[in-house]
Amino acid sequence: MLLQFVQGLYIVAGVLFILSLAGLSKQTTARLGNVAGMIGMGLALVATVIHSLNISATEDDRLPVWVTLVLIVAVLGIGAFLGTPIARKVEMTQMPELIAAFHSFVGMAAVLVGFNSFAVPGETGGGAVHMVEVALGVLIGAYTFTGSVVAYLKLSAKMKSQPLMLPGRNLINLTGFVGFLALMVWFVTVGEHNALLGWVLIIAIALIGFALGYHMVAAIGGGDMPVVVSMLNSYSGWAAAAAGFMLNNNLLIITGSLVGSSGAILSYIMCRAMNRSFISVILGGFGSEGGQVSSGAEETGEHREIDAATTAEMLWNAKSVIITPGYGMAVAKAQYPVADLTAKLRAHGVKVRFGVHPVAGRLPGHMNVLLAEAHVPYDIVLEMDEINDDFAETDVVLVIGANDTVNPAALEDPNSPIAGMPVLEVWKAENVIVFKRSMATGYAGVQNPLFFKENTHMLFGDAKERVDDILKALGK
Amino acid sequence: MQIGIPLETLHDETRVAATPKTVAQLIKLGHEVIVEAGAGAKSAYPDAEYAAAGATIVGRAKAWSAPVVAKINAPTDAEIGQLPEGGMLISLIAPARNPELLAKLNQRKLTVLAMDAVPRISRAQALDVLSSMANIAGYRAVVEAANEFGSFFTGQVTAAGKVPPAKVLVAGAGVAGLAAIGTAKSLGAIVRATDTRPEVGEQVASMGGEFVSPRAITQQVSADGYAKEMGDDYKAAAAELYAEQAKDVDIVITTALIPGKPAPRLLTADMVASMRPGSVIVDMAAANGGNVEGSRPDEVVTTTNGVKIIGYTDLAGRLPTQASQLYGTNVVNLFKLLTPAKDGEVTVDLGDVVVRGMTVTDNGELLWPPPPVQVSAAAVPAVVEPAEDPAVRTAREARAAAGKARNRIVMSAIAAALVILAVTFSPASFVGAFTVFALAVVVGFYVVSGVSHSLHTPLMAQTNAISGIILVGALLQLGSTNIAVLVMSFIAATIASINIFGGFLVSYRMLSMFKKEA
Repeated sequence: MLLQFVQGLYIVAGVLFILSLAGLSKQTTARLGNVAGMIGMGLALVATVIHSLNISATEDDRLPVWVTLVLIVAVLGIGAFLGTPIARKVEMTQMPELIAAFHSFVGMAAVLVGFNSFAVPGETGGGAVHMVEVALGVLIGAYTFTGSVVAYLKLSAKMKSQPLMLPGRNLINLTGFVGFLALMVWFVTVGEHNALLGWVLIIAIALIGFALGYHMVAAIGGGDMPVVVSMLNSYSGWAAAAAGFMLNNNLLIITGSLVGSSGAILSYIMCRAMNRSFISVILGGFGSEGGQVSSGAEETGEHREIDAATTAEMLWNAKSVIITPGYGMAVAKAQYPVADLTAKLRAHGVKVRFGVHPVAGRLPGHMNVLLAEAHVPYDIVLEMDEINDDFAETDVVLVIGANDTVNPAALEDPNSPIAGMPVLEVWKAENVIVFKRSMATGYAGVQNPLFFKENTHMLFGDAKERVDDILKALGK
Repeated sequence: MQIGIPLETLHDETRVAATPKTVAQLIKLGHEVIVEAGAGAKSAYPDAEYAAAGATIVGRAKAWSAPVVAKINAPTDAEIGQLPEGGMLISLIAPARNPELLAKLNQRKLTVLAMDAVPRISRAQALDVLSSMANIAGYRAVVEAANEFGSFFTGQVTAAGKVPPAKVLVAGAGVAGLAAIGTAKSLGAIVRATDTRPEVGEQVASMGGEFVSPRAITQQVSADGYAKEMGDDYKAAAAELYAEQAKDVDIVITTALIPGKPAPRLLTADMVASMRPGSVIVDMAAANGGNVEGSRPDEVVTTTNGVKIIGYTDLAGRLPTQASQLYGTNVVNLFKLLTPAKDGEVTVDLGDVVVRGMTVTDNGELLWPPPPVQVSAAAVPAVVEPAEDPAVRTAREARAAAGKARNRIVMSAIAAALVILAVTFSPASFVGAFTVFALAVVVGFYVVSGVSHSLHTPLMAQTNAISGIILVGALLQLGSTNIAVLVMSFIAATIASINIFGGFLVSYRMLSMFKKEA
């Protein structure tokens, strides 16, 4: 009876999670979706607490009910105590790191749950299938953990973003997988009868997972991190699903595979936007071709500089302005002055829009979040496909901290490492003003011929300070 | 190489193919320029200035005997006779309308580059005479109209009463039409424009005009940047539009030309008769048969109801100084293409689409018409694989799609078979779990497929929070008496719950920032 009640709550929670993801795919229903997810999680937790307490009350080999309850309350308390302030205080510019860090938590939790499930097989008992599930769950969890940690370190610039290029990279990965398969077979056959050997094997499997996760993500260049974060999101889901199989828990299976497949399709959408092969991302080592510096023709030439006052004048007299932000805007936290500038120009009757490349920033949709934070109305923030045809009729384009996403070499130079990637065709506008710290290359390490085009002007310096200068110039 | 600039002999021609300024530029490219005495007189460029720029002033016969002759109008028979055999001629030719002329030029084994056959690609714009002349003509058409029109263009409120602004209709929004729109607008008139190509609506708006189009009819998008002849139903709709507009506007400027065909008739005598007395029509296509019924080339016709129809065919030539300068610059740009080394050596590189398009005969070989050039002028990006029949291509694509579909079916069948096999040999408890798993995977794919790009980050934060559901697993293990399990599950549950609280809150925070403009 109680068990059925728990299952009922699980079903409702599962449906709420589905509704939550569905809601989040549209702007108008997004907040509702978020709330649905919270309620779903609340119900799932209530059900689990009841379930767990019930097990403690009815079965042997369990701690007393009150101890279990205290532990559960302690766990949730710590989680709320630590998680809430992080979420409150995190800067929107650090969102990618935060999400990567959270993924690593799920990965680690999955590894630990796998270990536990091996130690105490629980209500479903052991069996070969269960052992396979444990092995898979631990591998995926371990992979997610180290992969996410590396992604976190790269995104927060605590580790070099250059891809790690070991000789025989693919061979190492392949050996890792073959080794895992061999260990898994061994583990499944002997693990149940020989606890000690079983522990050695499952820990070895975890180590392989840790090593693979580290190696594969370390081999990916920083510029391709958005896709990686999304892939890790998917992996963390699969890890949860694997845990569901081990524990024979339908809610875990539903939710895990939901997250896993939605993360995969999200990565696929992003791969398409970057003109990358989906398979090469799943296998890791992705982006490494692009990471090795400029095989393309060394582009040099004269660039023209411009100052903030002239830029201000140009903007004031323009009819149509498009702003294409990139990671540089996030770094400089220039989104607030950019929003002010937008408001000012719009009040003056200038048509201002934003053109956002699918992989601008270090996370898909990163720019949208930053602009939303600064209260830029989202209906003037357009996607690449929506705005690319309009550049030709635009008077001024402001390129703020974007580089590779506006690089004409992607279309014009077949030898360029980013050849074939769709880019924002800003150079078609009458004037292009590029905000940049120096003439250094972007994340992909490719020179950008845009800077040397006749209609391009460079505005050097910190993006935020320069936009402030423009605002000052407009203020008088 | 020596370039000869003869005096234009065509009646009323005021322009010349080179000005002192362009002569200097030609000399810079390594050429020698000889100018017939008096060639620039009508364009206000005296011989002395040519000489000062470095040209030699010569007699008629000498100018025509140069190995390269650049001029405005196509040569007369007598002039063709004066050209040296195997020489080169650069001028307007209108090759589509003048096959006899082509044959004669070809007979003389001349290499002829037609300035009016420049392909319409961006690179070639610098030498497109049709554009540069049309620009001038469009401007002049408005000036001529203003000259004949008895009122202001701009509206005014004065002590002596209110003056309504003139209403101008421009038919055809090509270069001439756009220039006319801009000029009329800057004089203060209300300007409307029509065109068969709907994609020029924005260009009209950018010049300050209002684009009026015939009632909804499938219109064509031009692939080569030029207008085409239209179907009957469109013509009927257009006629309706013109009839309606004619009653309302004061000035009509028609610029409709179709390459190689007589000009389309836009205004019938009835429509002209319906216009107010004192209205003015400028028929810029008068030389090619006229857009307006009753227009006569080079004349101003006044109809019985007092409407003036201006049929000047030399509108560009009425600004001779400017027209010569622009034409001359177009010629210079052509020579830049022909003498890439700037050493005065002229090479006709037929591999270059621009040169190939302009070259109508080459040393006895008739090269007109050139192979079609796909043009960037059109608003639609025209990615066409050359020399592939559309039918063949469709068939090939269909085959490829069919092959792909077949592969997909085979792969799906294999996957399905594997799943069935795996499930058959699994314990019963696994089967139930696997069913749930398979369905959830499919649901996940469909739910997220349509996600809007701007929501990627919140969605990821949300799915991240949801994947904290692993907490459920950890919680269930939390009551274990095995100390190792207890510790591990405690850690697992703690970090998972951090993830849950943090993840939901972060995505909530992000979502509350998205706002739509009120």
